[in-house]
Amino acid sequence: MIKKEMIAMLLAGGQGSRLGVLTSKLAKPAVAFGGKYKIIDFPLSNCINSGIDTVGVLTQYQPLRLNQHIGIGIPWDLDRNVGGVTVLPPYEKSENTDWYTGTANAIYQNIDYMEYYNPEYVLILSGDHIYKMDYEMMLDYHKSSGADITIATYEVPMEEASRFGVVITDDTGKITEFEEKPEHPRSNKASMGIYIFNWKLLKESLQALSEQPNCDFGKHVIPYCHERGSKVCAYEFQGYWKDVGTLSSYWEANMELIDIIPEFNLYEEFWRIYTKNDTLPPQYLSADSSICGTIIGEGTEIYGQVRNCVIGSGVTIEEGCDIRDSIIMNNVTIGRDSTVRKAIIAEQSTIGAGVELGAFEEAPNKEKPHIYSDGLVAIGEGSVIPGGVRVGKNVAIAGITTIDDYPDGILASGETLIKGGEAV
Amino acid sequence: MRAIGIVLAGGNSGKMGELTAKRAVAAMPVAGSFRAIDFTLSNMSNSHIQKVAVFTQYNSRSLNDHLSSSKWWDFGRKQGGLYTFTPTITPDNSMWYQGTADALYQNINFLKASHEPYVVITAGDGVYKLDYNKVLEYHIAKGADITVVCKELPEGMDEITRFGIAVTDDRDRIIDFEEKPLRAKTRLVSAGIYVIRRRQLIDLLEKCHQEGRTNFVMDVIMRYKDVKNIYAYKMDTYWRNISTVDAYYEVNMDFLKKEIRDYFFKTYPDVYSKVDDLPPAKYNPGSEVSNSIISSGCIINGRVENSVLFKDVYVGNNCTIKNSIVLNSVYIGDNSHIENCIVESRDTLRANTTHVGENDKIKVVVENNVRYVL
Repeated sequence: MIKKEMIAMLLAGGQGSRLGVLTSKLAKPAVAFGGKYKIIDFPLSNCINSGIDTVGVLTQYQPLRLNQHIGIGIPWDLDRNVGGVTVLPPYEKSENTDWYTGTANAIYQNIDYMEYYNPEYVLILSGDHIYKMDYEMMLDYHKSSGADITIATYEVPMEEASRFGVVITDDTGKITEFEEKPEHPRSNKASMGIYIFNWKLLKESLQALSEQPNCDFGKHVIPYCHERGSKVCAYEFQGYWKDVGTLSSYWEANMELIDIIPEFNLYEEFWRIYTKNDTLPPQYLSADSSICGTIIGEGTEIYGQVRNCVIGSGVTIEEGCDIRDSIIMNNVTIGRDSTVRKAIIAEQSTIGAGVELGAFEEAPNKEKPHIYSDGLVAIGEGSVIPGGVRVGKNVAIAGITTIDDYPDGILASGETLIKGGEAV
Repeated sequence: MRAIGIVLAGGNSGKMGELTAKRAVAAMPVAGSFRAIDFTLSNMSNSHIQKVAVFTQYNSRSLNDHLSSSKWWDFGRKQGGLYTFTPTITPDNSMWYQGTADALYQNINFLKASHEPYVVITAGDGVYKLDYNKVLEYHIAKGADITVVCKELPEGMDEITRFGIAVTDDRDRIIDFEEKPLRAKTRLVSAGIYVIRRRQLIDLLEKCHQEGRTNFVMDVIMRYKDVKNIYAYKMDTYWRNISTVDAYYEVNMDFLKKEIRDYFFKTYPDVYSKVDDLPPAKYNPGSEVSNSIISSGCIINGRVENSVLFKDVYVGNNCTIKNSIVLNSVYIGDNSHIENCIVESRDTLRANTTHVGENDKIKVVVENNVRYVL
């Protein structure tokens, strides 16, 4: 008989549009982080390290990279005879065929998957945060507090609390009130989007709310249960937890890994983060290279100068380059004598020789100033930038660009250059 | 598939000194993130040989650890698999493997129970890429009884007299073969890779056993060279054996050359290894690295020059590592100076340590300090 005490459902279908061109071809959980990792590696590694061996990953937006990355779950030891990782895309039904219209709707459409494993508890996770968390401790808390639903919360600075859904608890940890992005927050306990549900309750409430449009956990399911007298508790998480939902926060969280003793430490033996390793060989630094305050993944070859960067696997940085304060993802090539400042260059991109990224005075991005800000240069997956061009700040580039796309060899600050495919 | 694979990885090498005190030669780390046996196992896998047996005997803990799962090389299938055979006590035999032929004989049931017509026998201490199918095709085309893969070693490379030396006729048939001769007649050395029909091998091994003979090279290759068709397959790509301290040092240093790295790491097919899931290497302010290989999990605070650092090495502030090889999980305390050395894995060098070897005499550093003093 199949029986799992707790299974996890990982919501990985979102686009993460605030990451701009980084998510033009892939879902946010598949975006690289910390050099060799992808954002989804963190919740997946947390699952296996917490002893959860059954994980359903709900995909919807651009799932190819995610599917390739997850495979049958070998990197996380989630290739199991019973359980393991299962990718759950939306599917056609005999009637009412629907995309996943909300977080809870996505889970609702996979009730059969959960039922198969006969769980006591279901852990709902989202695939867009960087953290290490022992879900088993949260489960212990859930059991000992006798809760029907436990919400993991994180204390954020009071002035930022209005960006989150916050909870108000009594002194036993029981949640008395919810406030969604309140103007004047009465609490700084932000919901992390991590929930443990008693399976019976989850199933009943999802079925009861099946007609609810865009059914969402925070907006519908949890208030529904709360109103009907379910005991909802807050589990206060201590430790590092970072939302990397915007380009600026994404860039910052990466840069924090370079600190001499980073707050988020990947070097502990305990609680290892696993990822799919396509590249195994070591990295090489040439006699002319110079490197400082940088982390680098496998198989990367550096012939130039690198300062304060996060560099993935299989990257080549040629002679004479001067790369600073940038994030270079897997398999990027940067041609010789290029200068790069505060750029985020997504996987498989090729930068020609003598290119300057992050030049000129800063100017706000003309199309999406709220996305492309802080002087960053964002370059989407598989982009090509021809040699010799100068690119300004707050710029987005995606697709295969040629010299003709750069009048006078220049892309001024605040411009957006998206080729081949829909704009993001 | 037409062949099964056997990797003879039981051996020790006296010339490796302290480096094989805790592991077999086949388990020696090579090129930052690999171990010697990865090369032959990857070749097997890339040649679509799906059933591979690794014979171990000497100090096999580290090797077994590395082979704890066969999935890294894509074995572990319904058709085939990766097996490790250590000597066992049977009603007929309670001895260790007395030699390579004896090791094969003691596992003759593995040969008998297989159905593939050919056997590819390799050593675990070679660093090379080779499509064994090409050797097999050559073997069939030549109508050979045994094919020995050979490599013409350039002048000045390696101590040639530590190898088996082949002399061939103009059709590449081996007409003379000497094991570790005092004076080598040619520079054509055996790479320790053999292709032979499985039935033929079983017959030869049974005969050897009856006659009390135990060594594959002496008692099969050399003894039968006049009555069997033994051919040399001449490899023209990179091949080196790591079984002496100097050769081991040189092979690792070879990977500082771009053409060697490109050949092994960026040209099809790939070399596979056990995945260790280490974080990216980290270069803190104060690090100065030049012409060096650095592996995952390393944290560098000092100077590293012309060196190969294996996985998970910590280099303290103000250190200098020069012309050296530092094996896995070594901790090097602040202000240390390491030059022309091989530092044994898991070692802990306290702050202000100095080890300097000579240019022509590499020093093997084994300190065995306790890392954490409570």
